[in-house]
Amino acid sequence: MPTPLVLTARGLTKSYHKDRIDVPVLRGVDVEVRQGLVTALVGRSGSGKSTLMHLLATLDRPDAGEIFFRGNRIDNAPRAVRDRYRNHEIGIIFQFYHLLPELSAIENVLAPAMIGQSVWGYFKSRSENRRRAEALLDRVGLLHRAKHRPGEMSGGEMQRVAIARALMTDPKMLLADEPTGNLDTETGQEILRLLADLKETDNLTILMITHDDEIAASADVCWRMQDGQIHRGAVADDAPALATQAA
Amino acid sequence: MYRWLLCFRYLKTRYIALASIISVTLGVATLIVVNSVMSGFSTEMHERLHGLASDVMIECHATGGMPDPDAHLREIERICGPALVGSSVSVSVPAMLGIDFRGQQIGRHVNLIGLDPTTYDNVSDFGKYLLHPENKTSASFQLRESGYAPDRKQLAAAGWRHRRDRVTEERRIEKLVAQEREMMAELRRKAGGQSDESDEQAEAAAAAAAAAEGPSFGPSLSQELISGSSDQLVAAVDPMTEQFPGIILGISTCSVRHRDDSGEVADHFYAQPGDDVRMIFPNAAGETKVINQKFTVVDLYESGMSEYDSTFAFVRLDQLQEFRGMIDPQTGVRSVTTIQLKLAEGTDLNAIRDALRHRFPPELYAYNIQTWRDLQGPLLSAVRLETTILNILLFLIIAVAGFGILATFFMIVVEKTRDIGTLKALGASGRGVSSIFMSYGLLLGFVGSGAGLVGGLLFVHYINDIARLLEMFTGQEVFDPTVYYFTEIPTIVHPFTLVWVMCGAIAIAVLASVLPAMRAARMHPVQALRFE
Ligand SMILES: Nc1ncnc2c1ncn2[C@@H]1O[C@H](COP(=O)(O)OP(=O)(O)OP(=O)(O)O)[C@@H](O)[C@H]1O
Ligand SMILES: [Mg+2]
Repeated sequence: MPTPLVLTARGLTKSYHKDRIDVPVLRGVDVEVRQGLVTALVGRSGSGKSTLMHLLATLDRPDAGEIFFRGNRIDNAPRAVRDRYRNHEIGIIFQFYHLLPELSAIENVLAPAMIGQSVWGYFKSRSENRRRAEALLDRVGLLHRAKHRPGEMSGGEMQRVAIARALMTDPKMLLADEPTGNLDTETGQEILRLLADLKETDNLTILMITHDDEIAASADVCWRMQDGQIHRGAVADDAPALATQAA
Repeated sequence: MYRWLLCFRYLKTRYIALASIISVTLGVATLIVVNSVMSGFSTEMHERLHGLASDVMIECHATGGMPDPDAHLREIERICGPALVGSSVSVSVPAMLGIDFRGQQIGRHVNLIGLDPTTYDNVSDFGKYLLHPENKTSASFQLRESGYAPDRKQLAAAGWRHRRDRVTEERRIEKLVAQEREMMAELRRKAGGQSDESDEQAEAAAAAAAAAEGPSFGPSLSQELISGSSDQLVAAVDPMTEQFPGIILGISTCSVRHRDDSGEVADHFYAQPGDDVRMIFPNAAGETKVINQKFTVVDLYESGMSEYDSTFAFVRLDQLQEFRGMIDPQTGVRSVTTIQLKLAEGTDLNAIRDALRHRFPPELYAYNIQTWRDLQGPLLSAVRLETTILNILLFLIIAVAGFGILATFFMIVVEKTRDIGTLKALGASGRGVSSIFMSYGLLLGFVGSGAGLVGGLLFVHYINDIARLLEMFTGQEVFDPTVYYFTEIPTIVHPFTLVWVMCGAIAIAVLASVLPAMRAARMHPVQALRFE
């Protein structure tokens, strides 16, 4: 029984122009992300994985093609709608964590809530927000470091804070760009276990870029990026997806 | 919400921005200090100038003055209506002041004013600038026993005491000279067969000796020019118990200010209350003659305006009119040269002046009708201009500080590029991101100008202590009382000035942050995230 589609994209193309030289990165990419599955995206460096993820996160616009989130087109939606989509519907995790260095761990986790709510709304639900942020930090095992700045934490700890931050607004989907790329294998495993855990408990959908074949193999779905296109590798639960496509 | 949090955090962690705001702080502080001192100065000056000059002044250029001032006053009353609250007539005449000082004549040209002390005080401040405390409340032209300026040691003896001491001393010397003369005569008689020539020589020598000993009055002007009754008067007055007509001298006409060895400002008086001085002035008749009249200094006048203190001498109106022959022998009507008017508070002085000019047109009357502002127009406008220019310059300084903020903010925006990307990835809008930097600018403006405000106000409050401290360290007098005649630096803080200086500085800080904020808002999130 295939789970419903969360994110779909059709015919995405993207190329960079520099001094009249076109660098085509994506050449007609189709994407289908299903609810509750971990989708792994692998590919050589420079194949355009990050570019695709930025398009899916509406941080950039495709040259052509359409992106739908739960049936609504978002790639050309108004700015405010896209801002809300990023803030509320998805959570993004980066290879280099991208925590705000001036804020403590708990404040970093609270940041999406502060951004998404008006000053008044934030104050009204302040204690609720705070409880949620503390719960999330507890979940990633860093409650005791709540007051620490990113500069005082290790890479793995920062990534865990980043995950807590991505979960703050209770998103439907996580987009992760090489979340373990900057960590040693063991710490990377820890992060992955955490993500797998979250998927189980919160029924999260995860799209994860990785270089690690082992990780890719453990995912529900695995895509391979090559020559600006996606090739579906048959891994584990790939069958339902193919079945839908066939239908 | 995150905007304020981040902007507070940036403020706390980026001291470089605070450094850029220091120029705003200094600019604001300087603006406040300059404006306070300037307005203190100009208010003090306004007050003094206005106090010294009456609201409206009608001067007659003719030496004989305007006949029948009462008729004039009635006419003026009709024109001014109820706005007229006081008036005073006076005679003002250019004169030469002669002070005998150790046998030498010190000549000063002065403006001799004959006034009526009671009405004169209604139209302008006069009594309050006199030295003797009793004269301050009711000016009198009678020499007082003592008690002039209790805080000035140079004038400790001024008054009758000084006069008696001086006369006693003069008489003692005169007596010595007479004895000497007698002795010489005796000697000559004893020698026998002396010639008349040597007798005369001896007398001349004795007179010269007497003159060198101390001040005394001898005819020092050629007699043909002078038609005074002064010499008869001299004979009739016993200086021990009597005085000549009283005169009040501007303090700078008979004193010099200098620094003694310890650097203290000290006055030296050529004449002080109790001394006699000579006044030489033209009479009012068609055929001008010079009148040479002796007066006794009864008080000194110190307004603090050097222009006034160094040119004015005051005597009684009726006496001056008599001396100058300004009384019509047939009718007994006295003429005056000046009418001063005091008008109700808030009266449009220029309108009154114009109405009076209309009534006494210059084609018919040799009158000069001016308000006190007209009299001091150049000075007042110079001060105004100075204040305006200083304000513009200082605001330019703050504007320069604004460019400093601009540069610093651009640096911060560049430094924060990745964070801006992160914020956008978390759903922050361009407006939200730009408002971080705008409110950062606003906050810096507040902090900077607030610090400047506090600093400036403190400076103003302690300005005299600071001046003293500077004097102590540099040995250089910051505020030279020999120049300004104020002992303290006057300051007035106008709340309105504070408000607009603050607003201006904050506006400049915010404006300087607009461009960097716009740049931050326009930043492409992906490029920002990829930024190394
Ligand atoms: N702003 C840009 N201008 C020009 N070319 C760009 C720009 N951004 C990315 N590219 C190019 O696009 C291609 C894809 O980049 P992208 O970052 O998506 O690759 P990637 O698959 O994420 O690689 P990696 O695994 O190393 O992260 C690269 O060849 C890169 O040089
Ligand atoms: Mg990448």
